[in-house]
Amino acid sequence: MPTLHDILREGRMVANHRPWPRAMVNARTWQMAAATAADGRLTLLGLWGDADVVHMALLDDQAGSAAVLSLECPDKRFPSVGRLHPPAIRLERALRDMHGLEPVDCPDPRPWIDHSGGAPYPFLSAEGDSLHQIAVGPVHAGIIEPGHFRFTVNGETVVRVEERLGYVHRGIEKLMRGAMLEQGAKLAERVSGDSTVAYALAFARAVEAALELEPPPRALYIRGLMAELERLANHLGDIGAICNDASFAMMHAHCGILRERVLRAAHGCFGHRLMRDCLRPGGVARDIDAAGLALLDALVTDIRRHFPALVKLYDNTASLQDRTVTSGILKPALARQFGAGGYVGRASGRAFDVRRSIAYPPYDELEFDVPSLTEGDVNARVWIRIREVEQSLSLIEQMMARLPAGPVMTAVTSRPGESVSMVEGFRGDVLVWLRLDDDGRIVRCHLRDPSWFQWPLLEAAIEGNIVADFPLCNKSFNCSYAGHDL
Amino acid sequence: MLKFLLQGLTRPPLTEAPPSPEDAELTALAARLQTAARRRLGRSLSIRAVDAGSCNACELEIHALNNAYYDIERFGLRFVASPRHADVLLVTGPVTNNMRQALERTYNAMPNPKWVVAVGDCALDGGCFAGSAAVAGGVAKAVPVDLSIPGCPPPPLEILKGLLTLLEQM
Repeated sequence: MPTLHDILREGRMVANHRPWPRAMVNARTWQMAAATAADGRLTLLGLWGDADVVHMALLDDQAGSAAVLSLECPDKRFPSVGRLHPPAIRLERALRDMHGLEPVDCPDPRPWIDHSGGAPYPFLSAEGDSLHQIAVGPVHAGIIEPGHFRFTVNGETVVRVEERLGYVHRGIEKLMRGAMLEQGAKLAERVSGDSTVAYALAFARAVEAALELEPPPRALYIRGLMAELERLANHLGDIGAICNDASFAMMHAHCGILRERVLRAAHGCFGHRLMRDCLRPGGVARDIDAAGLALLDALVTDIRRHFPALVKLYDNTASLQDRTVTSGILKPALARQFGAGGYVGRASGRAFDVRRSIAYPPYDELEFDVPSLTEGDVNARVWIRIREVEQSLSLIEQMMARLPAGPVMTAVTSRPGESVSMVEGFRGDVLVWLRLDDDGRIVRCHLRDPSWFQWPLLEAAIEGNIVADFPLCNKSFNCSYAGHDL
Repeated sequence: MLKFLLQGLTRPPLTEAPPSPEDAELTALAARLQTAARRRLGRSLSIRAVDAGSCNACELEIHALNNAYYDIERFGLRFVASPRHADVLLVTGPVTNNMRQALERTYNAMPNPKWVVAVGDCALDGGCFAGSAAVAGGVAKAVPVDLSIPGCPPPPLEILKGLLTLLEQM
């Protein structure tokens, strides 16, 4: 089987694409790459369209290298990757809806993001005695994002769940076309509200790679602080919310308090609870002062004081463990096949973390562990979050101790270029692909949320569980609807 | 667990923590809200939230209203699961084409009298998504809006203030 390097050699390298190489390939090499991914030697990181071109980002886990392959399709058709490698199927359906490019022999001909067709959506069937269906969504009982779930159940047991997404499609990638960098950064931050910093960072890093800019060291550390605050807030919120879905409201209440304290500290340091409009291409828009550092110091001390008791409470409550242990098991083989990122992958044996695997500053100078488990159940996904809260606290302390002095912004020039960037959000790896023109306008910006490779796995993890455990499993995945639908 | 329950009984609630400017504001707000809600709705207002294309940031801040700092239920304001139980429809997002029908159906399922509150900049006029062919560009394009709470996202206290304003207008 060929390596990523071999595949790249088959193609024609494209100049001015940073930091990973990009190669124009023919249909045969395209299919060879798909087969190599299907074989498990490469991980599919993304698949997106452009004007009459399809691009595919691939990661070679062993070599630690990544690349983008591009295939011209002047007749608007390209060989389906999903035919060989199922994780690509939804990406190809979206690509067909958005760009009118046809993945030839894609196993699923149905639309995905485009809901405009008048006919009812043909859900997959499940046949057998005493099966019935439950339709849920897009408007849910709680305060959550919209999506539709079609359950086929036998009594209490789920036989099949099928997701239907696309309800929050806002046309972000189309709005990106022709936008100036400032507007692009604003849009990127609003892809998924809980990952504001992750998207702002991924976009900024893509711009900086395309323009070959290096933000000042202080800005890199402040970005790190923002990213870890975001991770803390989300993980604390999730740990509580998962327990709440198992009807253990006490954890929810206490974790909610800690989450609120993180958001207030973020507001105190950067002027916005979710740190919106704080991180920009070239650096950060807001510096942190001594008062801000004192707030962070107090926050870390506070969480360190209160969190261990909550972890003990989680671990010692048998009725709660009864719900989370062995529920919604995601098999490691599936996590690996789909390249599942974040706590979903790490709870199922895929110890991938962009901060470590494709280390970017400031993480290349910091000490931290990438926790990983193999059980793959709801409990494992909770424990990964617990361990990551501890790691984030330590990272915040390290960054505060080493925070360099100096400016926080570097001037952003304009010139054409192409780039790709990947950062670790709280949910997993966020990928951004960017092409800029001479005036510094965005020609094309593709944003790929980690949820693309996590949503399909939720369908697999819920099989054989009871209907009442679906909210629990769903919350333990906590996939993004907005990030997925764009 | 016993320890946590005992602490809950013996420690003062967070909502009455030592006063800071923000907490004082919250206390004053609570008093006004209680008077208004009691007079007009018998101390209860049921809210149904619908995400019509938000990035989820507004939902996070609406969620925060339920935490111990804001504890929205002490004012008689509560989130309900069905539009049939709701007085207020709290809508976020620029109203995507794909959510428009679901939003209209939710509105139509609510009994009268009913009010609509649009939360966030994009619910107001589409925000940074205005001009996209995939969105209507604001909640008012789909259902009649009684009040808009701007912000991206509005912090919990602003949402609470907005709801108070609505109660005073009723």
